[in-house]
Amino acid sequence: MKLHEYQGKELLRRFGVNVQDGKVAYTPDEVRQIAQEYGQSVVVKAQVHVGGRGKAGGVKFSPTPDKAFENGQKILGMDIKGLTVKKVLVTKAVDIDKGKEYYVGMIVDRNVQSYTLMACAEGGMEIEELAVEKPDAIIKHRVDPVAGLRPYEAREIALKAGFEGNLNKLADMMVKMSKAAFELDANLVEINPLFVGEDGIPLALDTKFDVDDNAMYRHKDLADWRELEAEHPLEIEASNYGFAYVKLDGNVGVLGNGAGIVMTSLDVVNRAGAKPANFLDIGGGARADIVYNAIKLVSKDTDVKAIFINIFGGITRADEVAKGVIQALKDGILTKPVRMRIAGTAEEEAKALLAEVNSDLIQMYPDMFQAAESAAQEANK
Amino acid sequence: MSILIDKDTQVLVVGMTGREGANHTKAMREFGTKVVAGVTPGKGGLTHEGLPVYNSVRDAQAGHQIDCSIIFVPPAGAADAVLESAHAGVPLIVLITEGVPTIDMMRAVQEVKQLNAASLAEGGKGIRLIGGNCPGLVSSGEAKIGIMPNKIYSQKGRIGLISRSGTLTYEAAKLLGDAGLGTSTTVGIGGDPIIGTTFADVLPLFEADPETDAIVVIGEIGGADEEAAAEYIQNHMKKPVVAFISGRSAPKGKRMGHAGAIIMGNVGTPESKLAAFAAANVPVADTMPQIIDLVKQVLSK
Repeated sequence: MKLHEYQGKELLRRFGVNVQDGKVAYTPDEVRQIAQEYGQSVVVKAQVHVGGRGKAGGVKFSPTPDKAFENGQKILGMDIKGLTVKKVLVTKAVDIDKGKEYYVGMIVDRNVQSYTLMACAEGGMEIEELAVEKPDAIIKHRVDPVAGLRPYEAREIALKAGFEGNLNKLADMMVKMSKAAFELDANLVEINPLFVGEDGIPLALDTKFDVDDNAMYRHKDLADWRELEAEHPLEIEASNYGFAYVKLDGNVGVLGNGAGIVMTSLDVVNRAGAKPANFLDIGGGARADIVYNAIKLVSKDTDVKAIFINIFGGITRADEVAKGVIQALKDGILTKPVRMRIAGTAEEEAKALLAEVNSDLIQMYPDMFQAAESAAQEANK
Repeated sequence: MSILIDKDTQVLVVGMTGREGANHTKAMREFGTKVVAGVTPGKGGLTHEGLPVYNSVRDAQAGHQIDCSIIFVPPAGAADAVLESAHAGVPLIVLITEGVPTIDMMRAVQEVKQLNAASLAEGGKGIRLIGGNCPGLVSSGEAKIGIMPNKIYSQKGRIGLISRSGTLTYEAAKLLGDAGLGTSTTVGIGGDPIIGTTFADVLPLFEADPETDAIVVIGEIGGADEEAAAEYIQNHMKKPVVAFISGRSAPKGKRMGHAGAIIMGNVGTPESKLAAFAAANVPVADTMPQIIDLVKQVLSK
């Protein structure tokens, strides 16, 4: 689960990280009020779950409360990559010319089977840009998953990366960030820019925080922060059903049992000359009602012109899949052509059930390629 | 012979009395696997389908030889169950559970590796974890320690199979069976970002297995496991390897079902995986059926 900047900052603050003051505002008037309260220049920052908000005009320096109000008007309601800005963070501004900006972040790194801590003396940029432009300037360090980051390691990293400032305080900030990552099950936590002013004291100006969805059960207090309106409505419905679902931009609805087979189904639809409208994994062991809901969900998507169902039954019984499809047809939910490939556990029973139905809407094929080709043809008609 | 397991492997099912544990215990026994006991904390002393249930792995070890434990424990307790088996010295641990928190897996995998090194240093068998979020492993016609459909693994063959995806493992095994080739051992390594055993860990076992002639590697987008496998193949393998990469049309930055199936930046792209296999002279199939053509080609060389 991705968190907003102000939420990530709140979490880092709880772990003792020195974070730039800021408050959330929902209206331009609130923005002005906060700016007046701070009595200094502020920065108004859009709070949306996408990167590149600065470039999109979602971050504005505001020297006076009136200017802050004006910037609040501009940013609130703005569309950034398809998401509407509903709130802004108003933070005290710092004079970045009177200090240095650095980058520190921790990411789950499958190659070292732990977190890798990254540090770079070039702050303010996205890590992806840094990795391309200054790969050698990024110091990478595997963090022991049991011991966590130790202060001496943090000092070594800060020195290697060329950080200037109070070394102990810099190291302390990195250790606290590391503790936050472990204790809050972060997939990613970044402090960027990490600002060091003339006093040598490090200050977190911005942060990114992404929490492992599998671990949400032990962070129930964070669950309230999930913002469903930031997600596609069909993705919300899919998550209510427990499906792994991704909305894509094509016209063939794709569903199957297992991430691997659905990914391959997307590839096959592409090869057949159409584009997938979604990725939908019904999971292992799905019963008829799950399949019914999957068809209901995919049918609601107006982009979908045909549906490709690809099943290789292991724990999943093919006859349960067939029953779900048949019920959807009977209830009038299934209205678009369905092209199916069904194999594996209870394949014969499934075929017998579907043969009885005799509807033009449902056709079976012996392999996934023929089924995908037929679905592509129907969708492109 | 086969890799990791055979018809004599004695299996402990951890979480045997749960729904999945019970169903798959039955299916494994139907396959011919020697399931000897189960563990469900608090249900020790009961029997399930005629098998004894114990409160702990150590209790089970007192009455049985345990070569392998297969774990069907829900996500919150799964890593703990792995460590229980590892500290009891069970040489092969198969974690089926999906959705285990990543940090739990980081810690469990590291601890298992330390226990493995200690065991080997003392002249023991070592300790290996396969999974999580994996379908397990099968030596065709001998034993299945996992959740694959039994039917597709009746035919013993000479092709080794390794995959990150459960369903694609079934698909490939069926294709190999239908083509009259069949599989020696199939290892589903799992779709999570942090797993106990990688492609590069399994390849040397197949290289050393006299009953395997060629290996099929089924990868997908995300991570750099395929790239590491390609490097291992290039430097160490004499037996031919054929590959397939799933998710080649997936958009960047979107997680495709598997926790690990996501392209981040330029890491984990299909292009980098295809390039790595090309550099290692590993042919990559465009479609799954083409795997069969490629296997036949490499075998005839």
